[in-house]
Amino acid sequence: MEHIISVLVENKFGVLSRVANLFSGRGYNIETLSVAPTLDPSMSMMTIVTRGDDKIIEQIVKQLNKVIDVIKVVDLNESEFVERETALIKIHTRQEDRAEALRIADIFRGKVVDSTPTTYTIEVTGDVRKVEACINLLQPLGLKDLVRTGRVAIAREPVRQAAAQPKRILKEEK
Amino acid sequence: MKLTGAEIFVECLKREGVKTIFGLPGGVVLKIFDVLHQQKDVEVILTRHEAGAGHMAEGYAKATGKPGVALVTSGPGMTNVVTPLVDAYMDSVPIVVFTGQVPTHLIGNDAFQEADNVGISRPCTKYNFLVKDVNDLGQIIKEAFYIAMTGRPGPVLVDIPKDVAMNKGEFHYPDRVSIRGYNPTYEGNKWQIKQAVEAIHKARKPIIYVGGGAIFSNAHEELLEFAELTQIPVDMTLMALGAFPGSHPLSLGMMGMHGSYASNMAVHFSDLVIAIGARFDDRVTGKVSEFCPEAKVIHIDIDPTSIRKNVHVDIPIVGDVKTVLRELKAMLKATPNGNAVEQRKPWWNQINEWKAKHPLTYEQPPDALIKPQYVIDRIYQFTKDKDPIVSTDVGQHQMWAAQHFVLNKPRRWLTSGGLGTMGFGMPAALGAQAAFRDKLVLCIAGDGSFQMNMQEMATAVVNKLPVKVFILNNHFHGMVRQWQDLFYEGRYASSYLDTVPDFVKLAEAFNAVGLRATKVGEVDGVIKEALKVDKPVIVDLEVDPYENCYPMIPAGGSNHEMIIEDPPEMKRGEKPASKVAGEDKDAVLTA
Repeated sequence: MEHIISVLVENKFGVLSRVANLFSGRGYNIETLSVAPTLDPSMSMMTIVTRGDDKIIEQIVKQLNKVIDVIKVVDLNESEFVERETALIKIHTRQEDRAEALRIADIFRGKVVDSTPTTYTIEVTGDVRKVEACINLLQPLGLKDLVRTGRVAIAREPVRQAAAQPKRILKEEK
Repeated sequence: MKLTGAEIFVECLKREGVKTIFGLPGGVVLKIFDVLHQQKDVEVILTRHEAGAGHMAEGYAKATGKPGVALVTSGPGMTNVVTPLVDAYMDSVPIVVFTGQVPTHLIGNDAFQEADNVGISRPCTKYNFLVKDVNDLGQIIKEAFYIAMTGRPGPVLVDIPKDVAMNKGEFHYPDRVSIRGYNPTYEGNKWQIKQAVEAIHKARKPIIYVGGGAIFSNAHEELLEFAELTQIPVDMTLMALGAFPGSHPLSLGMMGMHGSYASNMAVHFSDLVIAIGARFDDRVTGKVSEFCPEAKVIHIDIDPTSIRKNVHVDIPIVGDVKTVLRELKAMLKATPNGNAVEQRKPWWNQINEWKAKHPLTYEQPPDALIKPQYVIDRIYQFTKDKDPIVSTDVGQHQMWAAQHFVLNKPRRWLTSGGLGTMGFGMPAALGAQAAFRDKLVLCIAGDGSFQMNMQEMATAVVNKLPVKVFILNNHFHGMVRQWQDLFYEGRYASSYLDTVPDFVKLAEAFNAVGLRATKVGEVDGVIKEALKVDKPVIVDLEVDPYENCYPMIPAGGSNHEMIIEDPPEMKRGEKPASKVAGEDKDAVLTA
């Protein structure tokens, strides 16, 4: 089964390699991986999409926790979560296809971020099914290039009645 | 206080209480060796190969329980120490290896003797560091020792570029460190321990399965009390030998591929396996799907990844073995188990039956070739009162030593278990001898294994480390030959060593003492002689080259399906012809 695992790590050199080594050394698969610093610049958040039965996922989570530069591991599948992925899709367009390309982009709430007389580059964001559906529809027009960010995900906050005033996180507060 | 990186390094070692380090210099670490040369607190043992330095650090760590330290140069120095690092990682040995590195401005330029030390060692260390600023050196060394020694112990590598060793920086050595991503669990979960107590009360056919973790955690006393309180039989893995007294009536000896018949049968037919500081290695479980099919499993280990990695565990307890056993014992005492011990009588009867059916035994006819088991037995008889430390290499001799050399105390057994590193034995023995100059240190080796690190005989002689090396010389890679007999119809592909060196002359060439026995009657004499000499000794024992090591569970077999003796269908191979023209001096083989 597919799992999305959030891994909070130290933001220093070699950490990505430690995590990647762990997966390759033990024969686990990384389907997608995205890394970026968090609000605290000394830490980065990795979002790893992987596959495995319960036993394998348990091992992956434990092994990740064992890595000394890993601060926190959350298997997002254990609760509700939202996931997003962005794709930049560059398509060849003949004159007669240009309107069609824009229509498809529009259906998926994509944006044209670059345009030449013969190409469009369309940015589309959504869950993985939406992104893939968009790509599938655009493909017949002539796909020139495609990059995807890999998925990022975050746990849904449980709904609380009469929630206290949420504290604002400001960058300056650190 | 401003010090050079090299001075900081030495100062840190002193603060860690390091008395001995093992190493070999080279261009980028000269500054460090230079500073070491000018002080007396830390002894440097110069090895002849970096692999030797790494294994000596391991032997030192295993025998003392303190971290072993090695210092080697960049490039080839570091790559040579990779095998000891992997070995230490597999067997959880706390060593700290310092490697030299090219100056920081040259890193990545393919400089002379440059290698990506942290990249190469990343998958085979618990953690590693590249020091980029001399001001960080003290902090990093403190963290290195802290990581190596805490939690599940393991090797740590610190890579020190030349300019970091040369430059001056602020010396700062914190008393304690904390790392936010690293918080080992020592206390076991109380609820799980309670579950374990209940399971132990209910069990009719329980067995304790002890691994090396019991030794690293210094839990031998707690283990003994626990076993005696519950009267549960004890199986030990290869790494655990000595964690529980081998001569104790509750001990069933070693389990696993070449374990005793009783130990493997007991674990297979048990209804409760209490795994303590062990990791269910495939050499222990055999076929995983058939491992103790009827049993509930309690698993106590400090490393959560060990739990449910290979086998299903019913009651996992993450924690330090010593701490958890204490807690377990206290809870067991608080809830008296009534007649549980009484109810286990039939289980003990069954075990005693197994013990009697296939005891570990061998036959030594007086006029036949020397049996390797006989040699081990005789060494044991002559040294058991001297409380020796025993190291081994890897292969048949290792298994025979594990079977026939009874160990009653922890930290007396140095062997390479997980990685199975041939060439481990002699340097490991030297490491232990360097720590305990007055103790008797024995190395039981094979002719194949010994040749993998025999250059360290020079280290032994120069540093007056009087280890006694007993080579069970069968002119074969014996374990390989045994598998070829059993599974490859006796085709001895690359297992025959042809002309092995004359080990007596070799010893003499190193200015050590060489002795040889070719007949049964000579064995006692050479052992006694070797023990008398206060110098490193090599004893060449020409043993029966075709003796196979039993019991044996074939790889992937189930634990109750042991081979007890040479099976009738086994096809013994022909002795290969010598490749040395006109020579066939192999007296034993032609005899």
